[in-house]
Amino acid sequence: MARDTLTGSRIRDRRTIAGMKQADLARKAGISASYLNLIEHNRRRIGGKLLLDIAGLLDVEPSLLTEGAEATLIAALREAALDPRGGAAELDRAEEFAGRFPGWSGLLADNRRRIATLERTVETLTDRMTHDPHLAASLHEMLSTVTAIRSAASILAEPGEIEPEWQQRFHRNIYEDSARLADTSRALVSYLEAADDASSESSVPQEEVDAILEAAGHHIAVLENGEARPQEVAIQLAAEASEPARELLLRSLVRYADDAARLPLASLTQVVAQTGADPMALAQSCGVDVGLAMRRLASLPGDVLPEPVGLAICDASGTLTYRKPLPEFAMPRFGAGCPLWPLYQALSRPMMLLGQTVEQPGPPARLFRAFAVALPAGPVQINREPLFQSHMLIVPLSGGAVTGALPLGTTCRICPRTGCDARREPSILSGRGQIGF
Amino acid sequence: MPKQVLVIEDEPNIIEAISFILSRDGWTVKTHSNGLTAVETVLMRKPDVVILDVMLPGKSGYDILRELRDLPQTATLPILMLTARGQTKDRELAERAGVSHFMTKPFSNAEVLAAVQALVAPVGDAK
Repeated sequence: MARDTLTGSRIRDRRTIAGMKQADLARKAGISASYLNLIEHNRRRIGGKLLLDIAGLLDVEPSLLTEGAEATLIAALREAALDPRGGAAELDRAEEFAGRFPGWSGLLADNRRRIATLERTVETLTDRMTHDPHLAASLHEMLSTVTAIRSAASILAEPGEIEPEWQQRFHRNIYEDSARLADTSRALVSYLEAADDASSESSVPQEEVDAILEAAGHHIAVLENGEARPQEVAIQLAAEASEPARELLLRSLVRYADDAARLPLASLTQVVAQTGADPMALAQSCGVDVGLAMRRLASLPGDVLPEPVGLAICDASGTLTYRKPLPEFAMPRFGAGCPLWPLYQALSRPMMLLGQTVEQPGPPARLFRAFAVALPAGPVQINREPLFQSHMLIVPLSGGAVTGALPLGTTCRICPRTGCDARREPSILSGRGQIGF
Repeated sequence: MPKQVLVIEDEPNIIEAISFILSRDGWTVKTHSNGLTAVETVLMRKPDVVILDVMLPGKSGYDILRELRDLPQTATLPILMLTARGQTKDRELAERAGVSHFMTKPFSNAEVLAAVQALVAPVGDAK
């Protein structure tokens, strides 16, 4: 059964607050100062009339001395001990532990609460995490830091002697990791606030369209053979979408139907069986422009290519207007992508198809063949410069490392690469000295 | 003779905590932080168990695991993999690569210790 070993500490605290000397309180209570000293250091239990007398002398309720604010601390320690992942903590000695080591107990309880809060946050955000590379990367960073804090705190909280040198080391580790956790948390909050601001502006319709096309697998079967008109499909797919999103979706579906008419699925699959996901070969074989060839490759049903391909399209400002990300080649929901993407290089070299093997950081590092081209976005107009839009097709590569692969990322905020000349802002992945900004 | 565990991890404070709890349990603990030279270090150290993080500088834990499984001398070496990515696909990726045990962060010290002990326990030992 648990013993209340904290009453003495509370008496000492209350006496100190009251500005009373130990000897004075002992004399008024009718006991020796040395006996009161033992009580105050929780070496002697106290109850009955003596407890009532001391409570009266200190002008507090007796229950405040027997229960006190530490009840919350003990409850937190018991909760930690009952955690099935917590190992074999001595549940029945939680109160004794809190009494003997109030500082360590408070630290353990605080870390326990912090970990519980973070775990709840992770659970709540799991769905979003799978769709948001910013969130995924920063939460993974936080989980690693939490693990370090939890391990060090657990070692310190365990009963038994720890050499002072190790105590100091783990204490320092907790301090450093807590600071790192605070930095990462602050950066994450800033990011989420920025994301909320962005989602209340123009990015919402584009996000809605992205979600609709993602749900459809970027393949609209009824537009392949003319079974339905784009307007009908837009109404069906975007029944609950906003009006701007429906307009954007309709524009995308009209282009899809036009592409399908110019390069039908049957011809497309026939050529792809011979050439694979090669936009240049497809464009030359079928007599279409290479941008259209990229869009058609990205719209193929899942069973045609060995692995699906990704596609990004941006306008002349670099704003992404179409996203088909891959599991290992994420595309940011907000803001611009990595400045090293061939998508952006193509804008400065219009009408030229760029081909480059690129590497996304791990884990695990993945290789892709990226094709990019910038083409005029509309018809020729007299005395007007053409507006360009850029396409980038992402084809996964299998096999090991390739010499000369271009190391790039998703976007600077979550990129761990160091010494990158293209970095425009620090990463939210603090620690490990990776920023170099 | 104490058994040896090699901890391949780049978070220094996690290394320190794991080293402490395993040393206290009687293990000889060696550590390594670079993914690029991890396979060579395993071959040189010849540990009884490897604790391998996924996110390492230079090379991912998955690639290291695959390379170790392709080598006859480490094909059956007990390897405990640690990762902050706990989704089913990550676990499947590790299992396909030949991991002995997979653990997601945040884990407890007791879990790590129990997993390492179980990896070297004779078959049927309920330790």
